[in-house]
Amino acid sequence: MEDFRNGIATRAGAMILAPVGWLANLFDAPLRVLQRRTGSNGMAVFFLAPNMLIFGIFVLFPLVINILYSMTGGGALFLGDRTFVGAEQYQRLFNCGSYLDPKSCAEDLFWIAVWNTLAFVVLQVAMMVAVALVTALVLNRDLRARSFWRAVFFFPVLLSPVVVGLIWRWILQRQGLLNLMVFEMGGTPVNWLVERNWAFAATIMVSVWAHVGFYALILLAGLQAIPKDLYEAAEMDGTRPWRVFWRITLPLLAPNLLVVLVLTLIRAVQIFDEVYVLTGGGPGTSTLFLTQYIYEVGFASLLRNPGLASAASILMGAVLIVLTLIQLGIARRNEQRGKTR
Amino acid sequence: MSSVAEFLFRRRGGAGWHWTDVFTWFWLIGGLIVMFGPALWLVNSSFKTPAALAEFPPTILPYVTAEAVVEGYEEPLQLFEVRNDDGSVRVLAEVRRLGIVAQMVDPADPGEIIRVNIQNRTPKRSIAFALDNYVQPFLAFDFFLYLRNSVFVTVVATLITLLTNSMAAFALSKYNFRGRSAVMMLIVATLMVPLSVILVPLYSVISAMGLFNSLWGVILPTVATPTGVFMLRQYMLTIPDELIDAARMDKASEWQIYWRIILPLTAPALAVLAIFSVVWRWNDFLWPLIVLSRRELYTLQVGLNTYAGELNVQWHYILAMTVVTMIPVVLVFIFLQRFITTGIAGSGLK
Amino acid sequence: MSRITLTDVSRAFGKVGVLHDINLDILDGELIVFVGPSGCGKSTLLRLIAGLDRPTGGAIAIDGKDVTTVPAADRGLAMVFQSYALYPHMSVRQNLAFGLENARMARAEIDARIAEAARMLEIAPYLDRRPGQLSGGQRQRVAIGRAIVRNPTAFLLDEPLSNLDAELRISTRAELAALHERLSATMVYVTHDQIEAMTLADRIVVLRAGRIEQIGTPLDLYNHPANLFVAGFIGAPRMNLLPVKAATSGTGRSSLTLDGSAGFEIDGIVNAVNGDVTLGLRPHHISLVDAGKGDIAARVALVEALGSETIVHTKISGGQTMLAVVAGQCPVASGDMVDLKFDTSHLHLFDSAGLRITVS
Repeated sequence: MEDFRNGIATRAGAMILAPVGWLANLFDAPLRVLQRRTGSNGMAVFFLAPNMLIFGIFVLFPLVINILYSMTGGGALFLGDRTFVGAEQYQRLFNCGSYLDPKSCAEDLFWIAVWNTLAFVVLQVAMMVAVALVTALVLNRDLRARSFWRAVFFFPVLLSPVVVGLIWRWILQRQGLLNLMVFEMGGTPVNWLVERNWAFAATIMVSVWAHVGFYALILLAGLQAIPKDLYEAAEMDGTRPWRVFWRITLPLLAPNLLVVLVLTLIRAVQIFDEVYVLTGGGPGTSTLFLTQYIYEVGFASLLRNPGLASAASILMGAVLIVLTLIQLGIARRNEQRGKTR
Repeated sequence: MSSVAEFLFRRRGGAGWHWTDVFTWFWLIGGLIVMFGPALWLVNSSFKTPAALAEFPPTILPYVTAEAVVEGYEEPLQLFEVRNDDGSVRVLAEVRRLGIVAQMVDPADPGEIIRVNIQNRTPKRSIAFALDNYVQPFLAFDFFLYLRNSVFVTVVATLITLLTNSMAAFALSKYNFRGRSAVMMLIVATLMVPLSVILVPLYSVISAMGLFNSLWGVILPTVATPTGVFMLRQYMLTIPDELIDAARMDKASEWQIYWRIILPLTAPALAVLAIFSVVWRWNDFLWPLIVLSRRELYTLQVGLNTYAGELNVQWHYILAMTVVTMIPVVLVFIFLQRFITTGIAGSGLK
Repeated sequence: MSRITLTDVSRAFGKVGVLHDINLDILDGELIVFVGPSGCGKSTLLRLIAGLDRPTGGAIAIDGKDVTTVPAADRGLAMVFQSYALYPHMSVRQNLAFGLENARMARAEIDARIAEAARMLEIAPYLDRRPGQLSGGQRQRVAIGRAIVRNPTAFLLDEPLSNLDAELRISTRAELAALHERLSATMVYVTHDQIEAMTLADRIVVLRAGRIEQIGTPLDLYNHPANLFVAGFIGAPRMNLLPVKAATSGTGRSSLTLDGSAGFEIDGIVNAVNGDVTLGLRPHHISLVDAGKGDIAARVALVEALGSETIVHTKISGGQTMLAVVAGQCPVASGDMVDLKFDTSHLHLFDSAGLRITVS
């Protein structure tokens, strides 16, 4: 550990910090005065204050007043100017002949977004976990230049959603690369982003493409943490390979798989950026997802309805909180298991 | 059968090629093409002229049609290789095209109009990079402004993030005070609260503070990241408390302990957070889209999306600008890839 | 002058009391050692003196001035930590200078002090290295150097030798003793190793469960342990402890009877309720004699021949193990029957509460 701290990163950090060192020294004198008043332990408040202030104003406070917003109506922006309507916004969201048929709902776009998101989540998560798992297994083999191959799959993770959206718009457009390949193989070019089902499939493919490297990395870390002697012991016992996979690899990877599953779920529910750039929710409403619905209702459409957007965001938040609690529960269980092991 | 085991349990195949070896290489090579291909295609396309972009099927390399200034014509004319009836080939400049017949002239003898069936002519082309795609947006559009805004937001937000997060992490890891566990609970609980859940009220807070249409309105809500505090705290917990005791015996003030002892020792974790913060802020889209409504304040991502959303999409510029937007992230990727991947494996951060 | 006075000092973490009513007067120039088993509160006591922790009750004074609420930085003390706590990102020189810079000392003075300490501790060759590049012994010297340059009123040392290997520990111990001699500064030294305490201390404070069991010079503690705990803790191998019955047997003489059978007589009267006492005898004060000629019979269980002396483990009739240390080499083997002869002028007696009984 100590050697690690003496490494390049530490030195680089020291070099970067050196020029601003004098600035920090300027703070020292007044802060010593403050410390005389508060005592050394009291300085904790000083260190905590900036972050918690920003956090309070821009995260916590909005989180709390969001509930109030969802109970008000009208187009006014500030809470004080808005009229209290109670649960009306929620009633409007849930005012449906049949939840399965968005056309029978007062807020049909909301239910279209809900069902689209649900379909997206199920398909995307399944595909993401499967592709990430296969990729991690492949990368876990004794490859030459493994870090290169790991980097290959990780590359798109860092790209901005707008860039991802534009890259794929360019490839999927009518005269794009994909149609060139279809054409060369003797097929009929398809207008991928204009046909409903293809556009929906494209959102799934593109989001998997953009993020699978991240999850593969988590799974790879899990695979590499499995002690090799377990496999050697299984080999000594003459355990058949598939059985070893089912009985050793998967169970020991299960905690990581669960983490990946929940993380993908949480992020799939919120999908927005790359899809918005790729399809803009279209064609029609076939790729309209929840976050875009909130954005459209709250900000983009002519008839802005902040209360309705806020109510929808609270419903989405509730789903996310449940998922987060599950994730924290898993993390805690993993930690305990790690301790007992 | 044993090489199935080797596939699943990270050992290279024996003498022969087992299906798992084939599959591994299929997956890796396929991954290479699918992961890098689209971005490369984008870069490649960004060097093509609008005319070349409009062609179907598209060419792999960026070609431009050769042009020549011909006496008697103001605009430069495109050059074509024309196959004569006798099979010989000569180079002619096209004046205009009418249906399937092109009116052409010989650049050496511009007086006489030659009518050629368009089937008998092919454009005279050469490989050339349309660098104009890159130059024009900076000169003619607000692209430079967007770039400047993005750099400002990224740098300032990252600096504030590093400072406030590390201070809070220091307080939470090295002091005992009442309410510490409550603050930790709060931070863990909000780890996953996404922006999309608080869009409406946050927008009103920003407006009330006069930060609407201000880059600070983009920066401030993003800097108090619970993720950063959490990660830095976990790292600081591994710094021995005796070091702080030693510094106190050495007459260091608490601020000095933070600045001269804790920060340098947290450098590896700070570096990871800095890299992530840069990537996050550079890539942010939804929140700047909401806060910024004046064109000159747009960040790159918003500006790019706006251009791409216009009716008359000028793909040659958009492709070039997308490449420019990609460059910082690609640089980060090339130089810090190993650092990031180990950082993620260690902290589960994204 | 640096005299440290602790008056009724106590420390509790929540409801758990760690130190109870500690009264202690550390004299100027004295090397005092806090010794005790782990968890006895010795390190907490040191941190209270350092000012890194505040007592929940009582007062601490340095040279008569109450410093109970004075922060660590302003007490003028220096501390050597168990893990050395060298700043890993600073060179040795920067480590030594850090405290002096914080005290806003002139650069020339800082350099002079570092040079002096480096010469004294022979660390000059690696002043520009980082702690991570030094061996354990070298780090230890740097840690001491960091304390020396401060020119403190007193040195506080928290188990400074515990991270060294056995050989280095012995040589560093000797160096520390020499250093104390040369600096003639007050030193407060915490250890769990009674040999370190015996070899280094002017006075030893034996702590158990947050209370002081005994304060005294090393030989005081060895020759006159105040209670069973100190008797067992100080001295190696451990003192043999046997339950015996004491009874008056004539004028000015008492008989001590082991397990109802064997026994012997001593000069003096033993005052004990019911005559239940614990007899303590150091292994060095037991000799082996031929069967029938000693105080009690024993069977040899194990012989550890060290060359210069021989440690003989025996079992007496009651089943207790008795250790005897015999000078030189001893021709016994396990299974032999021998007699143990007690040097009655060196025996210790403790009452049923574990306190020392003086034989009158």
